[in-house]
Amino acid sequence: MNHALIIGQYVPSNSVIHRLDPRTKIAIIFFFVIFVFFANTLTSYAVLTLFAVGTAVATKIKLPYILKGLTPVWFLIVFTFVLHLVVTKEGEVLFRILSYPIYSGAVEQGIAISLRFFLLILVTSLLTLTTTPIEITDAIETLLNPLKKIKFPVHELALMMSISLRFIPTLMQETEKISKAQASRGVDFRTGPMKDRIQAIVPLLVPLFVSAFKRAEELAMAMEARGYQGGEGRTKLRELRIEKIDILAFITFGIVLIGLFLTRA
Amino acid sequence: MDISFKNVTYTYQPNTPFEHRAIHDLSFTIKSGSFVAIVGHTGSGKSTLIQHLNGLLRPTEGQVKIGDYTLSADKKVKDIKELRSKVGVVFQYPEHQLFEETIAKDIAFGPENFGVGEEEVKKRVHETIHAVQLSEQLLDRSPFDLSGGQMRRVAIAGVLAMEPQVLVLDEPTAGLDPRGQQDIMNMFYQLHHQKGLTTILVTHSMEDALKYADHVIIMDHGTKYMEGKPTEVFQRKRELEKVQLDVPEIVQFLFGVEKQLGISIAYRGQTIAELATELVEELRSRNL
Repeated sequence: MNHALIIGQYVPSNSVIHRLDPRTKIAIIFFFVIFVFFANTLTSYAVLTLFAVGTAVATKIKLPYILKGLTPVWFLIVFTFVLHLVVTKEGEVLFRILSYPIYSGAVEQGIAISLRFFLLILVTSLLTLTTTPIEITDAIETLLNPLKKIKFPVHELALMMSISLRFIPTLMQETEKISKAQASRGVDFRTGPMKDRIQAIVPLLVPLFVSAFKRAEELAMAMEARGYQGGEGRTKLRELRIEKIDILAFITFGIVLIGLFLTRA
Repeated sequence: MDISFKNVTYTYQPNTPFEHRAIHDLSFTIKSGSFVAIVGHTGSGKSTLIQHLNGLLRPTEGQVKIGDYTLSADKKVKDIKELRSKVGVVFQYPEHQLFEETIAKDIAFGPENFGVGEEEVKKRVHETIHAVQLSEQLLDRSPFDLSGGQMRRVAIAGVLAMEPQVLVLDEPTAGLDPRGQQDIMNMFYQLHHQKGLTTILVTHSMEDALKYADHVIIMDHGTKYMEGKPTEVFQRKRELEKVQLDVPEIVQFLFGVEKQLGISIAYRGQTIAELATELVEELRSRNL
């Protein structure tokens, strides 16, 4: 089981954020991602950070857990920061590390860019933490609906997405199961020379592919047996509906945006 | 190899919202050379338990001893590979682990990994294909051409070829037809005696536990619920029902006889024929 990475992991709860319509969440995140790049003063960054952290708190998921889940990304964030320190040569020389000059512009830009990065990843991971994959695909399907006019296969695309999302945990379980079985037969996935470790993947991949193909075939058969025939005239079990909390969410986000534009230089 | 669990607890994904304690405070010992059945409802921690037996999992708390190897939370076992060569595990649906181009290569995979010499491996491949009652002619065929039951046998042969001293079986008969189930269980029973193995069988089937095991451990909610000789454990119908387990048919039948006819026959592992004679004698002596 993967303990570190939580991007893409859904944590069930009944918080306000969980109950929002997935389309609301996707729309707000979409605009948030754009408007992150508009911030250019300290206060404007503060406004966005406040919004992002506030939302994270509202999910009722423990904050340390969310932050720990971003571990793989922390590296990138720190890396960007360091890169800026080294490369950017604007403003005055603040101090020197081993006679290498660090400029004030470099520190500012470094902080700004890594903060942007952090906000983007935090907010997008909140989407998957609080929204089931099925909700996300449903939302994407309705959001893409206008494309049907140009004969874009929206429903099929959504179906493909939901099937692949649905089978991620299954395949992960399968991978774990097979790797345990092969480890019991003496395969060593973790130590030894690179060449051996690459070869150790074969006994894992072959059974995995075999079972994935088998599953695909079974699923296709089950769908046909139940008369599945695509999007035309198909109704939904869970209708997406915009409720009061969604409108409240949009208003809150609107206020944040106004705050952003008032505080930017 | 003697096996012992001392106050073992195992928690999946600790310190996350998905934290889940699969076994807790589990203690028992298994004597070398015995045939032990581990029985329990789904989710009682059986599968987690067996993964400790060859070091796939290390206990979160407590200590597991397998022969001279000790598994505990704080220290890694150095020669884990050696341990795995001595404890063979047949997982549920083992046919899912087949991957080689030919059956012979797949059976040879385990022993080769553990550094067994080429000649010896060849010998073992031939021996084990017979042990699982498949024809030698199949050896050059692809394992994916076989039927489900045959694939299962090949996978089992792959574990047997490692010549382990401890054989762990996780529901080895799940999904087979009744005849295949019996064949496979009889095969394991024979091997157990022939090779002096320590066999640990995880099963849902009370019948199998009664028939083959000389010791039964009943699991419930991640810990030991009962333990003892199968003939004794399966007399305790009330307690078993509490954890949603049935008693074997034969014991069930004897309870019925006692209730309907007032004849009480103690179950000591008799066959059906022996029980029938006993029952007839009992009835005759009452002039019925």
